Amino acid sequence: MSVLVDNNTRVIVQGITGHEGGFHAKLMLEYGTEVVGGVTPGRGGEMHAGVPVFNTVEQAVDATGADATVIFVPAQYAADAMLEAADAGIRLIVCITEGIPVHDMVMVRRAFEFNGSRLIGPNCPGLISPGACKVGIMPGYIHRPGKVGLISRSGTLAYEAVYQLTAAGIGQSTCIGIGGDPILGTSFADCLRLFEQDAQTEAVLLIGEIGGMMEEDAARLVKDGGFTKPMFSYVAGLTAPEGRRMGHAGAIISGGAGTAKSKIAALSSAGITIIKDPSAIGRTVAEKLKTD
Amino acid sequence: MKLQEYQAKELLNRAGMPVPDGEVVTTPDEAAMAFERLDAEVAVIKAQVLTGGRGKAGGVQTVYSADEAKEAALRLLGKRLVTEQSGPDGVVVKNILVEEGLTVEKEYYVAVTIDREKALPVAIVSASGGMEIEEVSRTQPEKVFREYIEPVFGLQPYQARKLAYRMGLEHSEIAPFVDALLKLHVIFLVNELELAEVNPLVKTEDGELVALDAKITIDDNALFRQEDLQFFQDSADIDPLEARARAAGVNYIKLKGNIGCMVNGAGLAMATMDLIKACGGEPANFLDVGGGAGKEKIRAALGILVADPQVEAVLINIFGGILRCDVLAEGIAEAAKTLDINVPLVVRLEGTNREEGIEILKQAGLGITFARGMREAGEVAVSFLRSNA
Repeated sequence: MSVLVDNNTRVIVQGITGHEGGFHAKLMLEYGTEVVGGVTPGRGGEMHAGVPVFNTVEQAVDATGADATVIFVPAQYAADAMLEAADAGIRLIVCITEGIPVHDMVMVRRAFEFNGSRLIGPNCPGLISPGACKVGIMPGYIHRPGKVGLISRSGTLAYEAVYQLTAAGIGQSTCIGIGGDPILGTSFADCLRLFEQDAQTEAVLLIGEIGGMMEEDAARLVKDGGFTKPMFSYVAGLTAPEGRRMGHAGAIISGGAGTAKSKIAALSSAGITIIKDPSAIGRTVAEKLKTD
Repeated sequence: MKLQEYQAKELLNRAGMPVPDGEVVTTPDEAAMAFERLDAEVAVIKAQVLTGGRGKAGGVQTVYSADEAKEAALRLLGKRLVTEQSGPDGVVVKNILVEEGLTVEKEYYVAVTIDREKALPVAIVSASGGMEIEEVSRTQPEKVFREYIEPVFGLQPYQARKLAYRMGLEHSEIAPFVDALLKLHVIFLVNELELAEVNPLVKTEDGELVALDAKITIDDNALFRQEDLQFFQDSADIDPLEARARAAGVNYIKLKGNIGCMVNGAGLAMATMDLIKACGGEPANFLDVGGGAGKEKIRAALGILVADPQVEAVLINIFGGILRCDVLAEGIAEAAKTLDINVPLVVRLEGTNREEGIEILKQAGLGITFARGMREAGEVAVSFLRSNA
């Protein structure tokens, strides 16, 4: 049954009249996602990418029954868009936007504690349950339905891993790009709790990178018995210098904390299979799952 | 973006936080004049560099006359200051701060920053000021105190008082300390800072609390609505190739190695660097051309890689998704035509329209070596290094 998104997910696109929003609305529709509308203030009543546009998320939800949204609005308006979606009662809010001020994210995270919405991202590629629903910007065709869950802070590295998995005959239950920012709506540990409950998911591949403590937290969850399925991990950034942001706002080693080495050590000590060679991700997972 | 000390102090001072009298100068003569104007018996000459360990490396000097100020400035200005944290090349001193010398009774640490795990602002204080807080946290964690800040209400006076009493401050110090911490929090909030750190916050002989040194990190993503901070933009001391990359909108970090790499996506770029190292090479850079890299960006990126004299081979690792391999290949082929490339190019293309992409690059006749997987790409690039040739 996958996690978070499936055949029944009804999606709206905030920022659908923008270049990115419109482009990816079409690609999501082509993939088979039920994109039921879009939101751009001031453009209500128009049609875009073949779906109706609304002025507010509230109007879109009332008219379409949407329960998920994917946000493409510019960084300065993204916090407002996330809060609006949560206020309208949207269950799953996926924010693709990169470059959101960190103080905005502090506020958004706090606000989300007071409602039942889940935020994926920001600065993420979104998520996909192959064959059923794609809410994001990843290339859909590389995925195959299957039993491995994938979680990653990086977009292209996740695509790379998925490509290798599919080539090795390993399908995916749900692939979640949690985002490259320092403050995110959903952590690796949050995703593992979801995958633990999901019957379709038999193993999880975690793609980590330098910065923060999310890989360590995931390792602790596994150690404490909160996630019991086979798990694999690749962590990027062994050669990254201290104090520099490696592309992602969250990918920074500061004060000696957040190194790839310490993350690999934590994951390894929790019994997670560490993959060292990024070109051997698919092969390693396939071999291990076939022998088990 | 990190502010220089003098810029950080300007921001603190504007918000009513006491800082020592001082002036930033760029020549030895100006340093002498600044000393005269200070009208102080003793002054401190401080190199303005964005790296830690400055004091130990001789970047802070005490002077007692205008002549001494001039001499100290002469020793520092235009020179490379090599500190424990600067790396072996050090950083060039372009500005120095000439500041009145204070008689210090006590040194404290105060900071407001964002705890990314909790997604909350946090005030961090210690009575062991003057040292690096990471060092104190490691060796004497019981001397570092934290209060998390509710973003809706902000730091409350009672929280600042709690911290002051936990630090063991004297009765007379409590009120000024609370005042200083609350001011620092407002500065953090109003300017949307990532870090507002005063270390040390010193108690002078007349009991005043003064910010003797400060580190401020601005959130570049908030600059669009922080007009006062945009003024600080130009001070960064960055590598010329990094400056060129920034102008072109390319995410590039110069490193020490000999294999240049161009990758789409930050995570894949880091993985490629790690792979180069695992294959026995050293990455010359981090370079993410971005998800929607157009021809102009690819051209700029490739130009930067081949302009690095340390680069002996270039590895291009592209995973084509929405942005197809053939489109990227056209960009590379066009860029290569206009650039003078005299190092071997190793290309690994995977994903959408891979075959078409390879065909385009073969037609372009650039003498590219194609690799099938990432591992092979790394190994081939390393085999091209002069030391292996």
